[in-house]
Amino acid sequence: MASLDRVKVLVLGDSGVGKSSLVHLLCQNQVLGNPSWTVGCSVDVRIHDYKEGTPEEKTFYIELWDVGGSVGSASSLKSTRAVFYNSVNGIILVHDLTNKKSSQNLYRWSLEALNRDSSPTGVIVSNGDYDREQFAENPVPLLLIGTKFDQIPESKRSEVLTRTAFLSEDFLAEEINLVIEKRYFTRDPSPVRLSFYLLF
Amino acid sequence: MYFHWKLNLYVILLVLIFVVPFYIGYFVVSNIRLLQRQRLLFACMVWFTFMYFFWKLGDPFPILSPKHGILSIEQLISRVGVIGVTLMALLSGFGAVNCPYTYMSYFLRNVTDGDILALERRLLQTMDMIVSKKKRIAMTRRQMYQRGEDQNKQTGFWGMIKSVTSTQSGSENLSLIQQEVDALEELSRQLFLETVDLQSTKERIEYSKTFQGKYFNFLGYFFSIYCVWKIFMATINIVFDRVGKTDPVTRGIEITVNYLGIQFDVKFWSQHISFILVGIIIVTSIRGLLITLTKFFYAISSSKSSNVIVLVLAQIMGMYFVSSVLLMRMSMPLEYRSIVTEVLGELQFNFYHRWFDVIFLVSALSSILFLYLAHKQAPEKHMAL
Repeated sequence: MASLDRVKVLVLGDSGVGKSSLVHLLCQNQVLGNPSWTVGCSVDVRIHDYKEGTPEEKTFYIELWDVGGSVGSASSLKSTRAVFYNSVNGIILVHDLTNKKSSQNLYRWSLEALNRDSSPTGVIVSNGDYDREQFAENPVPLLLIGTKFDQIPESKRSEVLTRTAFLSEDFLAEEINLVIEKRYFTRDPSPVRLSFYLLF
Repeated sequence: MYFHWKLNLYVILLVLIFVVPFYIGYFVVSNIRLLQRQRLLFACMVWFTFMYFFWKLGDPFPILSPKHGILSIEQLISRVGVIGVTLMALLSGFGAVNCPYTYMSYFLRNVTDGDILALERRLLQTMDMIVSKKKRIAMTRRQMYQRGEDQNKQTGFWGMIKSVTSTQSGSENLSLIQQEVDALEELSRQLFLETVDLQSTKERIEYSKTFQGKYFNFLGYFFSIYCVWKIFMATINIVFDRVGKTDPVTRGIEITVNYLGIQFDVKFWSQHISFILVGIIIVTSIRGLLITLTKFFYAISSSKSSNVIVLVLAQIMGMYFVSSVLLMRMSMPLEYRSIVTEVLGELQFNFYHRWFDVIFLVSALSSILFLYLAHKQAPEKHMAL
């Protein structure tokens, strides 16, 4: 468990989109029974065999840091949250497919996390406007996840998918739609159905 | 006469007593899965329960004279008034104490950057400890799982005994580490909240050094005098069982006229000034109420309950408004009091003022106690770090 092998991934998103459920699902292989509001930051760990089966196989611990809160929080909350954004290897942005606002807030979330990363003094440089150029030269990989797809009625699903296509275009991303079937889970009630779109 | 007054009042009462509670009942019932099928039926049941308790509310209070019928407006207003007045008094009491405490920089604790950095370092250290423990748990679980697969292949008596002993020690170890992790997570949450608290105090200190900050500081002193005076008056009213005859503005102007001998057209000025003051009081108190409620509900809201919360807010606001009309009567000059009396019907206004004073006093004293304890406790916590 040397510090060289440390992989830290932030999980960001609005309140109530399903970050804690997602992290719990990835690390414990179980559905979170009683989700509650995350205060501060909750961390969970997943063991990952990098390049499994090859001679270069290496075991990594992926730390998923699930930071709670919203983009519109008080500045004291924001500056305290910034403590968690140090030396991040990757960012997972989570948004709720039933809630348009949460997708729009993703830009601000990514700016908050990336600005903290790049400027050691902690001063936020941009005025909040979205700028594609910032993502072009960004060395930190982003993963965008949309949750609660199964709660959208059949009629609106194509509309939602076009919206997410625009979203991935804005982040200069490739889009892969992956739907995880219910059968995968050991427990039954309404699990989180994920559709991933991968960004490079 | 006073057609618009009465129209507004009737519509508000209609909404407050019929529409909103029914809607709330409907949404609450919709959230419970078991009762989905007969939503309307259960919503009606909830509404009838609400009406029953609402009616019962009138019994312990001496608010009605017997000459009123059972379905008169006075019945409804009196009950709504009781609830609203209690609410207003509670909030005013708390606001009267909290407002100077917040605005005056005398109460601000001294926070340095070093304090904040030390707390942040502690927070990160705690997070690191949580991470390393979780890594151990994950690795142990993985090893147990792999060994478990091997164990399943072992059959026979010895195989069973081996599997029992090894998994037992493994799982005991795991639960111990899990307990440590839970304790550490609780600690990390507390540290996080403390850091947020320190950051906001630091920002308030910086704000108080600006021009705006100094202005609010001065207002804070002014308000604290006003609040102390209000508490004092409430005590006197209760102890001496007194009901004010004239409103404070008219009295203030009368005193000014008598002492300073300036020629004032008392009636004209008192009317305008008292209306402006009453307007300011109502606007600031409603604004304060909304801000407090927003903070409170923001913490407990979720996608399921947001409908219910909005409706509850609407209900509270409505009751607050009706009772502020009731209580406003005290602050108005004599000729306008008769208007309110006529519109709202014959209620025992004195009772409401007395009730308001009592609850106001109770609320103010308990919030003083509460703030004192909170203020004392906080520096001790930081000294221990």
